[in-house]
Parts: sequence; structure tokens; C-alpha cells
Amino acid sequence: MIDWGNRLSPLAQNVPPSGIRRFFDLAETMEDVISLGVGEPDFVTPWHIREAGLYALERGMTSYTANAGLLSLRIAIAEYLRTRFGLHYSPGTDVLVTVGGSEAIDLALRVMVRPGDRVLIPEPTYVAYRPLIQLAGGVPLSIALRPETGFRLAAEDLLAAAELGARTIILCNPNNPTGAVIDRLGLERLAQVIEKLDLLVICDEIYAEILYGVDYTSLASCSGMRERTVVVGGFSKAFAMTGWRLGYACGPDVIIQSMLRVHQYTMLCAPVMAQMAALEALDTGLADVSVMVAEYDRRRRLIVHGMNALGLPTSDPQGAFYAFPDIRSTGMTSNAFAEDLLVRAKVAVVPGSVFGRPGEGFVRCSYATGIDQLEKAIERVRQYLRAGGG
Amino acid sequence: MGPEHEKDLLKLLQENAKLSYETLATMLGEEVETVRQRVESWEQDGIIRGYAAIVNWDRVDEDRVTAIIEVTVIPQRSVGFDEVARRIYRFPEVQAVLLLSGSYDLQVVVEGHRIQEVARFVSERLAAIDFIQSTTTHFILKTYKVDGVVLEDGDDDQRLVITP
Ligand SMILES: Cc1ncc(COP(=O)(O)O)c(C=O)c1O
Repeated sequence: MIDWGNRLSPLAQNVPPSGIRRFFDLAETMEDVISLGVGEPDFVTPWHIREAGLYALERGMTSYTANAGLLSLRIAIAEYLRTRFGLHYSPGTDVLVTVGGSEAIDLALRVMVRPGDRVLIPEPTYVAYRPLIQLAGGVPLSIALRPETGFRLAAEDLLAAAELGARTIILCNPNNPTGAVIDRLGLERLAQVIEKLDLLVICDEIYAEILYGVDYTSLASCSGMRERTVVVGGFSKAFAMTGWRLGYACGPDVIIQSMLRVHQYTMLCAPVMAQMAALEALDTGLADVSVMVAEYDRRRRLIVHGMNALGLPTSDPQGAFYAFPDIRSTGMTSNAFAEDLLVRAKVAVVPGSVFGRPGEGFVRCSYATGIDQLEKAIERVRQYLRAGGG
Repeated sequence: MGPEHEKDLLKLLQENAKLSYETLATMLGEEVETVRQRVESWEQDGIIRGYAAIVNWDRVDEDRVTAIIEVTVIPQRSVGFDEVARRIYRFPEVQAVLLLSGSYDLQVVVEGHRIQEVARFVSERLAAIDFIQSTTTHFILKTYKVDGVVLEDGDDDQRLVITP
């Protein structure tokens, strides 16, 4: 018998099991479930982008690219970030094309975290940060965001965390799971504290295109931030390209070049047909994005209205495609509520506690799903609550 | 309601006329009453001409045939295209009449029960109209997409039930 406990890496073994996994396993066994648990667009990648990927294959583009990604794509990304968010990155040194935003986050952490470094994560937030910090040898430290402030990180929250001695912070803006967006003023205030505490920043802006009537500011464009921030972006959400696995990181050349050093050995390069498709996406795809965002916006109103009408207070998400209803009135934990709702009403939502303890009392409802399904789901929740659920 | 929302409202109805006023109003962030009044006034003005189901007839009525007929018209003083088009569209078999630029003038869509029925319509009715010079009839073999709706069964949602 091999004693696996003694043979496998403790780092890997200590990665906590995913809270989502358990729900997934349960939901998988059930029929007729309406899922509000999906963290990806329900749209298929727009046809002309798919066509560009196909065309790349037809032309026989099946080889490796430059480690950092096709230069033409890096130029397009830099140009996109410049026109869209006023960010200035040099395609030669400051842009790295990665296998999803996921790889960009992983690489950034591996490069920016030294053994034992403390990394701040304002929670609730995207589920991957905490385990990836641990895998990078760092120590995740939660900053509890509060519903009263719309789960937005404020400068005071960050100042209060000064004594924790952290060296890096990961921000998710717009936020998964809350849909909150921190505006320019809030970011400028945060920037001052970040500079004061001498923190490095990983800013996950993968939802930056999916906004509802608010302007987007990238933290990296705030004063003093460019030299200490890695911006993570990607094609998954905006262009409905999750399965293509393509993202990028932009930042100071020292960091990006260090990330490239790891990436060239672990990944070599991102898939070439996905890179060709991404090029098309940046070239002509932004019109498709606005059509999809307009559709998300209508669904957003529907679910926010629906949940509020059911007595589950839900604030207006300003970005991404998640609503984050407050279920504390049911007296249940978010885990118990989500499980009960799944079993009894056949509606899948994700318990807020999965996104960090401060998400307790809330559930994440994705509205990346058709109007019919949304209306049906809301109706099922209504019947569930009326039947004394919760 | 602003002009952008008005267009959005029309598009939503065009995609799915079964949405309730309540749902439409919520989706657009408008009052229910505003939406109701708007739609009713469009119905009165004739901007909204009716509400219809998009039916995949191929799956219902095996005898049904549809033909697209290209019609060329001899230009004639005092009788414009409009007059010829009107004579054509009054026939109940005719589903659509369009005036086109290009190598023919009018496109006529005709529905019937058998090929013979449509053929008889073309030869006895359509070709008999004054000023019609020629007709070319194309029978539709299969309909893939109509009014923006794909009629083939698509793939189901491929996404996992719950993802981060
Ligand atoms: C906040 C956030 N960052 C990153 C990712 C990963 O995206 P990608 O598909 O680019 O790896 C996700 C996906 O759910 C996400 O929600």
C-alpha cells in the first residue's frame, strides 16, 4: 500500500474542497433543475469569432506561438486597454496572453508572493483566489466586506487591515459573486491606501465589459497604481468564450516578464486558434458584447425585481451577471437554503459562504440564462417560500 | 419612454409576443402602464400589425408547399408597381409580396397544399394579370431559419449546472 498522505504534496492536499463541487454533485443527480448557478454566459461565442478560429485551423495554424502570445494579439490587447480604459502597456514587454484569466491569476500570485507573504482578499470574492494563494506559498487574509456598503471595499476597510502586514491584495472588480463595481472615486481612495501600505495589486477585471449604466475605471489607471498592479482580463465573459481558454495579464514589465518565465515552462503558450479567434473578437466583436450586455441588463432587472418582490432583498448589481439576494430572513444558512431550494424547488443557486465567510446569509443567482427560465425559477422560489421553505 | 426603449420594446415583442406587460416593464425599467399604453397605441396606429406564432409547418402538414415566385412587370404608364402588387396580394394564397431591385421586380410568396395547386395558381391567376411579363417559380424544399428563428432542433445547453 502506498501511503499517499506521505507521498503527495501537502500544498495540494491542503487545498480545501470546493464548496461548489458538493452542490454540483447533488444537482447533477436531479432532473428538471433550473440552474441559476452557472458562472458563464449562456450565449454561444458570436459566429464571426468562431469562424475566425475555424479559419485559423483551415489555414493550418496548428503550431506553438511566441510564449507571450501572438504579437498581433498583444498589440490588439494593448490597444483595446488604451482606448477603453486609458491604460498604457507595451505589447513587447507588458502583455502576456494566458490560458484563461485563471492562468494569469495563478502566475501573478506565483510571481508576486514570497513564501509566507500575506495576501489580502476582500470577501465575498471569486473562489479561486484563496486556494491559489495557498498554492503559491502565501497566506490568504480575508477582509470582510459588508452588505451595508454594497460589499464594496472602502479605503477605511483597507486601512483597518494595515496591521495585518500584508504585501499583496487581490481585487475582483466588477465582483463575482456580488455584481458590485467600485467607481473611480472609491478606487482613487483605495489607491492612496494601497500606496501607503506599499501593497502590490492583482486586479481581476474579467467582467469589465459587462456593466449596467456605470462607467468603468481600471484600478491601474489610478494615481500610482500602474507600477504596482497586474491587470487580469480575458475573453471568457465579455465575448462568451469560456471554452476557448484565453485571457491575459498586463502590468509592469518586471512582473510580466517573471510571469512569462514561469508560463514558458508550464504552458509554453496559449492555444493558437483561440488566439486567432480573440484577435477577431477585439477587432470587431465589441458590437456583439453590447447586444449581450443589453440582454443581461433586462434579465438583471427581472431577477432583482423578482427577488425583492419575494421579500429577499437584492441590490442592483452594476456589473457581471450575478444577483446576490439576502436570504437572512429565512433564518437559514446560505448553505442550508441553497440545498433545500435545490431539493424542494429544483432551483440551483450558489451559497454565498462559498465565496468566503462574509458571503454568509446571501446566495448567488446567475442571470446568464434565458428569460423563460428566469421567470420559471422566480416562480419556483415563490412557491417554495410560500410553502414555508426557509 | 425614450426612443431607444421604444425600439427595445418592439424588438422584445417581435422575439416573444407572449411576454406580459409586467415582465416587459420590469425588463426595460418602465412603468407597466407606460408599456401598456405604448403597445396599445402601436396596435391602433398599425405599427404593430398583429401577433403570430412561428410555426415549423414542416413538422405538421406534410402536404403543404411554399413557393417563391419571381415576377417581372412591364412598366406601363398610369399603372405603377403598387397597383400590380395590390392585385397580387389580394389573393389569400399569397403570403408575402415584395418589390425588389435587381433582375426581377416583385417577389411573391405563395402557399398551397400540393405542388399542382400552387402551379395552377401561378399559371391561371398570376400569369393572367395584365402587365405581368414573366414568372419564375421556386419551390421551397426545406426551411432552416425564418424570422430570425432557427427551426432545426439545436443542441441543449452544454454548460455544467454549477460553475464558479
Ligand atoms: C472573477 C473571475 N475571474 C476569473 C475567472 C476565470 O475565467 P477564465 O475563463 O478566463 O479562466 C472567472 C470565471 O468564473 C471569474 O469569475
